[in-house]
Amino acid sequence: MDSRRVPRTVSDPKVRQVGFFAPAAPLDRSESGPPAPTSSSPPVSDVSPSGNSLSPVMIPPPRHLSTDLSRHFPLGPPISPLRVARAADTSIPVGSYNPSEFLTPTATTEFSEDPLSPRWGRRGSSGKFATSLPAGGFNMALAKQKNAVNLPPDGGSNVEVQKEQRAVTGKPLKEKTTKAERRALQEAQRAAKAAAKGEGSKTGASGVNTANSNTGKPVKAVSQKKDSSSVAASEKKGGDRQPDKDRKKDVPHPRMQFDDANRVEKAKKRSVVKQTEAKNRVELFRHLPQYEHGTQLPELESKFFQLDTVHPAVYKVGLRYLAGDISGGNARCIAMLQAFQESIKDYSTPPEKSLIRDLTTKINGYVSFLIECRPLSISMGNAIRFLKTRIAQLPLNLSESEAKVHLISDIDRFISEKIILADKVIVKHAVTKIRDGDVLLTYASSSAVEMMLLHAHELGKHFRVVIVDSRPKLEGQKLLRRLVGKGIHCTYTHINAVSYIMHEVSRVFLGASSVLSNGTVYSRVGTACVAMVAHQFHVPVLICCEAYKFHERVQLDSICSNELGDPDVISKVSGRKEINTLDGWANSENLQLLNLMYDATPSDYVSMIITDYGMIPPTSVPVIVREYRREHLWI
Amino acid sequence: MAAENPNPKISLYYQTRAAHHGVVTSDWLAQAQAAAGGRSDDVVSENYLSSGEEDGKGFSVVDEFNNWRKQPELAEAVAAIRALASVIRSSQATTMMELEIELKKAVDSLKSWDTTSISLTAGCDLFIRYVTRTSALEYEDFDSAKSRLIERAEKFGEISYKARRIIAMLGQDFILDGCTILVHGFSRVVLEVLRTAAQNKKQFRVFCTEGRPDRTGLRLSNELAKLDVPVKLLIDSAVAYSMDEVDMVFVGADGVVESGGIINMMGTYQIALVANSMNKPVYVAAESYKFARLYPLDQKDMEPALRPIDFGVPIPSKVEVETSARDYTPPQYLTLLFTDLGVLTPSVVSDELIQLYL
Repeated sequence: MDSRRVPRTVSDPKVRQVGFFAPAAPLDRSESGPPAPTSSSPPVSDVSPSGNSLSPVMIPPPRHLSTDLSRHFPLGPPISPLRVARAADTSIPVGSYNPSEFLTPTATTEFSEDPLSPRWGRRGSSGKFATSLPAGGFNMALAKQKNAVNLPPDGGSNVEVQKEQRAVTGKPLKEKTTKAERRALQEAQRAAKAAAKGEGSKTGASGVNTANSNTGKPVKAVSQKKDSSSVAASEKKGGDRQPDKDRKKDVPHPRMQFDDANRVEKAKKRSVVKQTEAKNRVELFRHLPQYEHGTQLPELESKFFQLDTVHPAVYKVGLRYLAGDISGGNARCIAMLQAFQESIKDYSTPPEKSLIRDLTTKINGYVSFLIECRPLSISMGNAIRFLKTRIAQLPLNLSESEAKVHLISDIDRFISEKIILADKVIVKHAVTKIRDGDVLLTYASSSAVEMMLLHAHELGKHFRVVIVDSRPKLEGQKLLRRLVGKGIHCTYTHINAVSYIMHEVSRVFLGASSVLSNGTVYSRVGTACVAMVAHQFHVPVLICCEAYKFHERVQLDSICSNELGDPDVISKVSGRKEINTLDGWANSENLQLLNLMYDATPSDYVSMIITDYGMIPPTSVPVIVREYRREHLWI
Repeated sequence: MAAENPNPKISLYYQTRAAHHGVVTSDWLAQAQAAAGGRSDDVVSENYLSSGEEDGKGFSVVDEFNNWRKQPELAEAVAAIRALASVIRSSQATTMMELEIELKKAVDSLKSWDTTSISLTAGCDLFIRYVTRTSALEYEDFDSAKSRLIERAEKFGEISYKARRIIAMLGQDFILDGCTILVHGFSRVVLEVLRTAAQNKKQFRVFCTEGRPDRTGLRLSNELAKLDVPVKLLIDSAVAYSMDEVDMVFVGADGVVESGGIINMMGTYQIALVANSMNKPVYVAAESYKFARLYPLDQKDMEPALRPIDFGVPIPSKVEVETSARDYTPPQYLTLLFTDLGVLTPSVVSDELIQLYL
């Protein structure tokens, strides 16, 4: 039985190129980092995160309690933009380390002076790693060691940072060298990096575009700036480029952090949709974009005929996202792909340009526009990645019309195989798990679960459905209407009654926006709640999710990556004008409303995931990602 | 290859089983006879209805299978694999498709022979996948492709046959001097592990559960006594009572399911629960051909396998008896699986299945 296994090539431990170093350098640098920081200097130079613990992402504590607080945030707050900037390509002007933010931590010096020496010693050692790491690029091996050493959490948000980096790949460490030093380093390395990284970043850009979702990305800046150089490089699939490119591709890029004012400014300049930032935002979620809702629609509608950068079909889809007309991972993905199909049909290569490069640029532009309307879902990200891979793999000798036909049929095939057919297979597997007399519970509205329930009903199985719903979206009502219309017995309740109703339930079927590599299910907010209650009652939880939604990312909590919706809908109850206590909430400084769209359900609460590859346990998601991405799942 | 059913009254399956174990209750025979009614009809009708060479093939698969099964040491699935290999060998097909169809028919007839045996079904499925999953099928001419298939089939048979030895070698490493092992059910693999450990001069003692109603504990203690291993028999209810003294639990498996859990003789789940709550490791010894693409969510989510229970006294007809012969142990209660692929954690089972089937 051994012979049947294809030997797996062991990939190099991923050496993350962070910031400003030529690819060959990293290991040397990491060694050359200050071997033993002295207690005096580290405060400022080593322990970067101590500064960041006072950055906007954390509620500023009273001074003397600051150290305790940092102890209590094991996972670390979302990392400040300073660190993110390091990972991004050097083409982004590294106003990423914002001088103003640097100056904030006068507090940090005192702060770091505060602790007792033993603790300091430990912090020092963690500091050593800290310096070596950003110095040397983010050496995963080191980080692993470090985590194994299990430095105490008060070793600074450093450790938290490390952990978070492991967990949320792509957030580099920031070190506190002096400004001038860093600038000099940066200039020197940027030149070296630009050449070497030219090709890598192109795929990095596509990686960013597609691999990350739900928050905006620096991709727009990256892609538009680097397109000329990087696209050229991407053509050559030379051997030496390949490992670099693969490495880059394998490691998802950091997402844009919206609390970096500088970056947000730059992003705004390029944007088509002028979004106004919401006031009164929750501190913990500052790294996610939040805009005033409903303000852009009329303006954008009027701009419809003046577009030159965005194809009308894409524009339409973007507007529909903005208005909230299309929701649900599959629907959004299909709408987007069909819009891209339209735009490809109408596309014609400008003279003196290559189809592949130009089309990719165009697609990048469309994607940026769509992101401005509404952050991408993971399914959309994967679909875009697929499309870009297909474009990049077009044989050069094809004529333009042939190439276009190729792409259009590829998109059609993707939609039909990965979405429509996949749903049919999922339904086929799932109905085998429904027995007569079952009481099935579902939450909100998932297209796959709905199809399965309808199919099971057609097959004549006798069962009853409990639909759990939640404000503000109340998506369950639409599902309820459709099921009752087909004659299925339904019970409808809100999420606050889920523990009341759970004892009657025999199976729980949930949908997912995505399933991540550690088995975590990323789905509509409230799903985690339902799954946990079901687990407590020993009710099996089955997730129905197509395989194209799987992602190699890992997420430990619902905070580091999410989407923020319109907070106003929380303060109002539709149809009940007299409930107006929260009117004018925006004027109160002490009140912030939070409307999260997604949450992460840990894999312990999930019994089984039903995909088009069959029924698998949650631990097998990375297997599917590995086996099929490698074999070009998307083709 | 004409063959007859030597004793048309009792199904071959139960006959060979009885011959293996020598412990047959009247209840059991009665059930066997009842089953035999359907069984022999199938066999006979197959002879009459079909004609031509296919018929001979179909008939001989089951026959081959039974011939192999007569050896008590041979696992069911391995016997099936050997039988299927001989189907290929003796096949008169001239194209790949024909051969595959023949194989499929043979597999179906084997599966219908015993619908409740998971290892048989899984073994057959795996055999088909293993044998036909070669790129050689595409471009070689038929004869060389066929010989490739036969080669692979024999190899698979060899591997499966040797699986027990490999597992024994892996498993006996986990048995340390002075340890106490709790064993449930009569698994030949587990017996092999214990035998190997005893041969390596390890000092250990074994607690056997009685294993009603099959009396597996009695048989096992018999075997172990022959090996000079100190054995203690427990009634099934005394497991929690003795769990303190136990260092590890060893069980076999009828089937290993996709979640990593196992389907085994009734009582395994109970013992795994007790062991888990007392922090004792539960080790499962199972060959890799027992990996099946099932995914039970709870105890009732499987094909029922019923066997009658003899209480020794007549039971009033109003009283219902739970006659299920096996239960499902979820993966969180299992520590490690010893297979011929190595020592695995339960989550690897799905990995293996995905690699093989997709």
